[in-house]
Amino acid sequence: MQDSGISVLFMGKNFLRLLEGLWVTLRISLIAVLLSIPLGILFGMFMTMKNPVSRAVSRVYLEFIRIMPQLVLLFIAYFGVTRAFGWNLSADVSAVIVFTLWGTAEMGDLVRGALISIPKHQYDSAAALGMNKIQTFGYVVVPQTMRRLIPLTINLTTRMIKTTSLVVLIGMTEVLKVGKQIIDANRFDYPTAALWVYGVIFLLYFLACWPISMLAKKLEKRWR
Amino acid sequence: MEERIQLQVSGLVKRFGTETVLDGIDLCIRKGEVVVVLGPSGCGKSTLLRCMNGLESPSAGTIFLDGEEVTSDGKKITQLRQKIGMVFQSYDLFPNKNIMDNITLAPVKVQKRLKSEVEQDAERLLKRVGLWEKRKAYPRELSGGQKQRVAIIRALCMNPEVMLFDEVTAALDPEMVREVLDVMLELADQGMTMVIVTHEMQFARAIADRIIFLDNGNIVEDSKPDEFFTNPKTQRAREFLQTFAYKKRRTHTD
Repeated sequence: MQDSGISVLFMGKNFLRLLEGLWVTLRISLIAVLLSIPLGILFGMFMTMKNPVSRAVSRVYLEFIRIMPQLVLLFIAYFGVTRAFGWNLSADVSAVIVFTLWGTAEMGDLVRGALISIPKHQYDSAAALGMNKIQTFGYVVVPQTMRRLIPLTINLTTRMIKTTSLVVLIGMTEVLKVGKQIIDANRFDYPTAALWVYGVIFLLYFLACWPISMLAKKLEKRWR
Repeated sequence: MEERIQLQVSGLVKRFGTETVLDGIDLCIRKGEVVVVLGPSGCGKSTLLRCMNGLESPSAGTIFLDGEEVTSDGKKITQLRQKIGMVFQSYDLFPNKNIMDNITLAPVKVQKRLKSEVEQDAERLLKRVGLWEKRKAYPRELSGGQKQRVAIIRALCMNPEVMLFDEVTAALDPEMVREVLDVMLELADQGMTMVIVTHEMQFARAIADRIIFLDNGNIVEDSKPDEFFTNPKTQRAREFLQTFAYKKRRTHTD
């Protein structure tokens, strides 16, 4: 096997470049996830308010984000907003904004679901013990929703990591793009490189997401 | 029983939508008094209790506890609720916390008391109801009667001046009712002011200083227990008591 495609991975800095590409994706998704979780918790609490205005606002936001493909949102943020308001958002920043908006909406809906699954008498008994709203949430409601939320949050996180591969379309060089570059550069010498490169990318994504799933399992067991 | 008025309800009206659940309740409860509220289901007993600690806000009328008005105003009510313990039908312990943590949570976090001091109180109370060895257990490992006793202790650890009991034995197996009622009797003997909603007629008669009979959102009778059970003043109360009496109707031929 003279042209074994695997060798392209070890030529020059190719492997390092792939890792750098992966880091671009991971960095955006991790920042977005870290912002989305607290914002989503707040948004979820906001959605459970009885006030009709808050309901309408959250409904519109949630539906808008859900209906729009993430790619369209990215284009709006990167190309649209720049044109319309003259803000010069870098691809990085627009990606973080879009994925945070998306993650907050999704996380909020998960939190809302978990919150309404807590029986009303839990709120009553916390109130009867003199707890205010914040204490009720902090000591009674949130700890009980945590366990329900872990698997859902992890699922969302891995989805976000995977979806950030879309940033290639607003000109960012993430792992897939690097892979494509490597394949293109070696097209004639190593025709089988594609399989190896994409195979490695698959493995890299797996290595990024798998520990998160493991962590979820552990946490779920611990917080019985 | 002292003469001091602890809980004063005046002209209390509560409506849910178009339905009037409480229709002008006037009630004075003295310190140390044990008042049992009886009545057919849907007569507003639970709503009355829930109004007394601000879980429901009155549509009209006022409730005063020790001269302070019970309103649904955020800050004030959380202060006031520390003086009113309440135990519910659905022994709602916090499922994610063990028994000791269930009991100490509110005194430590709400009243800012020292954890060690609260734990001493909890130990004394748990030992008294025979549940000390369950302190590390989780609510799901306890029987209904045990959970309900813990719920009572949890409320007591806030050192309340009044205790409200909302059908606390209604969801229990008959054998477990006794252990919960015994705890309440002991509490009454110690001079706690108590308002109890129950369907246990024998118990009501045994514990009450005073029976309030509610029907359609009104106080129909307000009398001493012996008087109420042997010689009710109103037709409505007589009918109600009769629903608990069974006459022998079947004859057996063996």
